[in-house]
Amino acid sequence: MQQIINFIIRYKNFLLYVFLMIVSLGFTIQSHSYHQSRFFNSSNWITGNILETSNDVSTYFGLDTENQKLMRENQNLRKLLFNKKELDTIVLDSVQLTYTITTGKVIKNSFADPRNYITIDQGSKDSVAPDMGVITSQGILGIVENTSKNFATVQSILNEKSNINAKIKNTDHFGSLVWDTKRYNVVQLIDIPRLVPLTIGDTIVTGGMSSIFPENIPIGTIRKFDLNTSQSFYTIDVALFNDMTNIKNVYIIDNSYREEILKLEKLTETNGQ
Amino acid sequence: MVSNYYFLNVIRFILLVLVQVLVFNKLNFFGFINPMVYILFLYWYPIKENRAAFIGLGFLLGIAIDFFSDTMAIHAASTITIAYMRPAIMRFVFGVNFEFQSFKLSNTTRVQQITYLALLIIVHHLVFFTLEIFSLANFLLILKKVLATGTATLILCLLFGSLFSVRKE
Repeated sequence: MQQIINFIIRYKNFLLYVFLMIVSLGFTIQSHSYHQSRFFNSSNWITGNILETSNDVSTYFGLDTENQKLMRENQNLRKLLFNKKELDTIVLDSVQLTYTITTGKVIKNSFADPRNYITIDQGSKDSVAPDMGVITSQGILGIVENTSKNFATVQSILNEKSNINAKIKNTDHFGSLVWDTKRYNVVQLIDIPRLVPLTIGDTIVTGGMSSIFPENIPIGTIRKFDLNTSQSFYTIDVALFNDMTNIKNVYIIDNSYREEILKLEKLTETNGQ
Repeated sequence: MVSNYYFLNVIRFILLVLVQVLVFNKLNFFGFINPMVYILFLYWYPIKENRAAFIGLGFLLGIAIDFFSDTMAIHAASTITIAYMRPAIMRFVFGVNFEFQSFKLSNTTRVQQITYLALLIIVHHLVFFTLEIFSLANFLLILKKVLATGTATLILCLLFGSLFSVRKE
């Protein structure tokens, strides 16, 4: 007994180191296999507020370009609206809407790590919940992963765990959008069958298979394509429309039918066993 | 005097965390280089202090950075590693005389200081990027990131070191 105590006292630093290392590795490895931890993320109260304050200051330097971006978007939307042929009254009754949109601002962005997360200034108080889609005026951005009262973290499409349904515009050939962690302006679209005709410059948009994003949200254009090792599917490099290094205003999309869809899919799965 | 001394370390801790997360995490030099200047806290921390407390502080520092940058506990794992290995590194760089009461970091030569800092940075970055990339298949990528980020960290730490030099300790 004496010897055990002596041993512990003698190696207490080493034991403390090993203990803390196991704790950190535990957190890290858990996040590799599953979601980001509920507690260890920047949407909590302290970090959220500090990042927001810092962001409030730095936003002023980009107000001009940000305004221009929003003006351009408004211009596009007006064009669509005025040129709409069958001008009936558009019903904006919240009961009938499939998608509801919340606006938000990015308070922390990262794109240099293999697993990037973006923090936005909308949280559960603003009815933002995990698994909502996040887009900008130019294209897709990511999926909400965790929320606190005032903030939310978004799993960016520049994250090796990200996997989003996407297709080639005006066709129904869909695949998965992933990221190889190499460059922040290029993501990969995989699982497109070999027989699909492709051209460099084709537009890639979100597919209709996901209950998170509406169909036909722009993602990027084809930059390069190769067959994968089994020679039966394409691996396509997609140049993003979004400049992932410079994002301020975002839209958070809530699909009001998502729960119903998920419930139905789960029911089908359990019955199919 | 003693309270002043703790106060200095607390201020240093908070300032380094803020500078790291608000400035250097957003640098993205060449698209991927984010220097980690908070290592300076472990470099400056007094030598004669309790080692267990030092490792604990290293863990706190790392986890604080992790909270801000959504990196799980990778920073924490790297900081406790260098906190644990610091005496060994110091013995390697300064010889046995760092254990004497009169030893001061400011009394050592410039080359020794740089070697000591560089070793801390290399060990820290090796652990950090190995955990971040998490596959030995990408060993070259890990080495590239360690070298590039390590150089940037070293240069910035030296600049900060000469700006806020530790004369009194």
